[in-house]
Amino acid sequence: MLISFDSVFKIYKMGDTAVHALDGITLEIEKGEFIAIVGPSGSGKSTLMNIIGCLDTPTEGTYTFEDKDISKLNDNQLALIRNRHIGFVFQSFNLLSKLTALENVELPLTYGGKKGLARRNRAMETLNSVGLGDRLHHRPTELSGGQQQRVAIARALSTDPPIILADEPTGNLDTRSGREIMEILKELHGNGKTIILITHDINIANQAERNVHIQDGKIVKDVKVVG
Amino acid sequence: MDILQTVKIAFRGILDNKLRSFLTMLGIIIGVTSVIALVSIGQGATAKVTEQIQSLGSNLLTVNIMGRGANTTLRYDEAMEFANSPNISAVAPVITGNITVKHANKNSSVQVQGTNGDFLTVRNYQLSKGRFIAPTDVNMRQKVVVLGSQIAEDLFGLVDPVGQEIKMGGQTFKVIGILESTSSMMGSNEEEIYIPITVAERLLQTRGVRVMYIQASSQDTVTLATNEISSKLSRIFKDNPDSDFQSFRVFDQTQMLDTINQATGTLTMMLGGIAAISLLVGGIGIMNIMLVSVTERTREIGIRKALGARKRDVMSQFLIESLVISGIGGVIGIVTGFLLSRGIAQLMNMGVKTTYSVVAVAFGFSMLVGVFFGIYPANKASNLKPIEALRYE
Ligand SMILES: Nc1ncnc2c1ncn2[C@@H]1O[C@H](COP(=O)(O)OP(=O)(O)O)[C@@H](O)[C@H]1O
Ligand SMILES: [Mg+2]
Repeated sequence: MLISFDSVFKIYKMGDTAVHALDGITLEIEKGEFIAIVGPSGSGKSTLMNIIGCLDTPTEGTYTFEDKDISKLNDNQLALIRNRHIGFVFQSFNLLSKLTALENVELPLTYGGKKGLARRNRAMETLNSVGLGDRLHHRPTELSGGQQQRVAIARALSTDPPIILADEPTGNLDTRSGREIMEILKELHGNGKTIILITHDINIANQAERNVHIQDGKIVKDVKVVG
Repeated sequence: MDILQTVKIAFRGILDNKLRSFLTMLGIIIGVTSVIALVSIGQGATAKVTEQIQSLGSNLLTVNIMGRGANTTLRYDEAMEFANSPNISAVAPVITGNITVKHANKNSSVQVQGTNGDFLTVRNYQLSKGRFIAPTDVNMRQKVVVLGSQIAEDLFGLVDPVGQEIKMGGQTFKVIGILESTSSMMGSNEEEIYIPITVAERLLQTRGVRVMYIQASSQDTVTLATNEISSKLSRIFKDNPDSDFQSFRVFDQTQMLDTINQATGTLTMMLGGIAAISLLVGGIGIMNIMLVSVTERTREIGIRKALGARKRDVMSQFLIESLVISGIGGVIGIVTGFLLSRGIAQLMNMGVKTTYSVVAVAFGFSMLVGVFFGIYPANKASNLKPIEALRYE
């Protein structure tokens, strides 16, 4: 199993009250799936994705990634998983504004130890694959929202990770750019990547193969999409 | 982690934010500038003094007489007895006093020195014009005077002073020569004037020789001559050999050099030390800005961690940035310090010497400051939790 959650809780203590952002999630995701996690705002989707992406840790319960208990790994091992196994795509793009598109895409390669021309060529190759071969030296502010999100996807793909984690990737985009991003994700899925998509929009969720509905930190429905 | 890439990006960050970067560097720039400038001037002075002392020749002995009780000086004829020793080739006793010199309507208060013809050789002075005091001037009590270059200019302006007359203590003196100017830690000769020692005895109404410049016959007889002078003076002043008190002191050039080098060395160290403190203050400035920068860039750190940056990647990024800032500051400081010391030396007519070692030490120290004050902010950045950093607005 690629990803496995066993009664995972994430509890935020705010003074006397405790917010159960995740309230006993048990979930399995297999290699090659295209899964959408759907739910209203505040239901715990981002919290779930951050834990899947090893950016955050559960308060209780176990998260097993490729048969490894994440809680047993140290900081460097977690960094390695984020670098090699997972590509993040955020709602707000999260590009570094001082770097060019190319440099942004080079970052994960740098942290992965790739050097010089090999790194540059690989970054150009991925930018080309999302159709931005002619925007290599633009800074994020010089690009449209859709283009920025494509740079972010190129960055997520640069180290060729098997999993893409996308948290509301179309949330800040107009319909047309959003559709383009969805097309890219589908194509990546077609190429064998595991895609985990987070959205509050059921129409977008329906483009995935499986929908996991969550509400108040609990899974309320887990269905295959037929269509 | 790719160091070259990080350095490149750090440079760009500095260029993107020129004013802030400059202000951050300012402390380091000022610190390094003052270290380089002060130490260069200090070492320049030392080098010049050393060179001058060496140019005096290594067989010069300087005798200072403090005396004992009422018996505080030596008579001229007593002093000249030293010249009889085979170990001594020349003796120039000096009688000193302050007096007012007049020429036309110009007045100047100066130190007048009575000495003999050997003075010029013993002190290794040159004349720019005319001649120095001759033995007959001393024997015949001729009222002749040799002027330092500055005093000559003050009194005579552009007129050639040789052959002219000046007045001292109501007596008329004929100017026979002008000294070529030399200046050293031992003093400049530009403001001095020299008359025959026999004339000085009467003019200053003293018979007291307090200083003698003595030339040993060769470098090998310096010690013999020193011992001879010491034992003779001990007898004259009745010094107790068991007591620490001495009524006179004999310096040879090596001792003199040692003393002066020690003094200027201490001075240079002190100046450098004070300047180094301003470097530390500069370091605190760097730390301050780096801490602000870590806070401002929390989200960036979160993104980098999400992309796979390890603690040490973030750590080295911030350390490199603080090193680049302190390094650039150091280089600018070295250049300005170099130029500043040249400017000051030019203005004040001083020696200046910037050694590779002071440049290396100043640069090394500024880098050290960069590391030292960069570590805390860098560590703070590297320890941020990825999710908290990402969520930071
Ligand atoms: N760092 C935090 N501190 C306190 N509460 C938090 C924190 N992060 C998330 N929450 C809370 O957890 C719940 C789920 O948040 P989130 O996972 O961001 O929801 P979603 O992405 O589905 O909108 C919300 O009620 C939110 O307020
Ligand atoms: Mg969310």
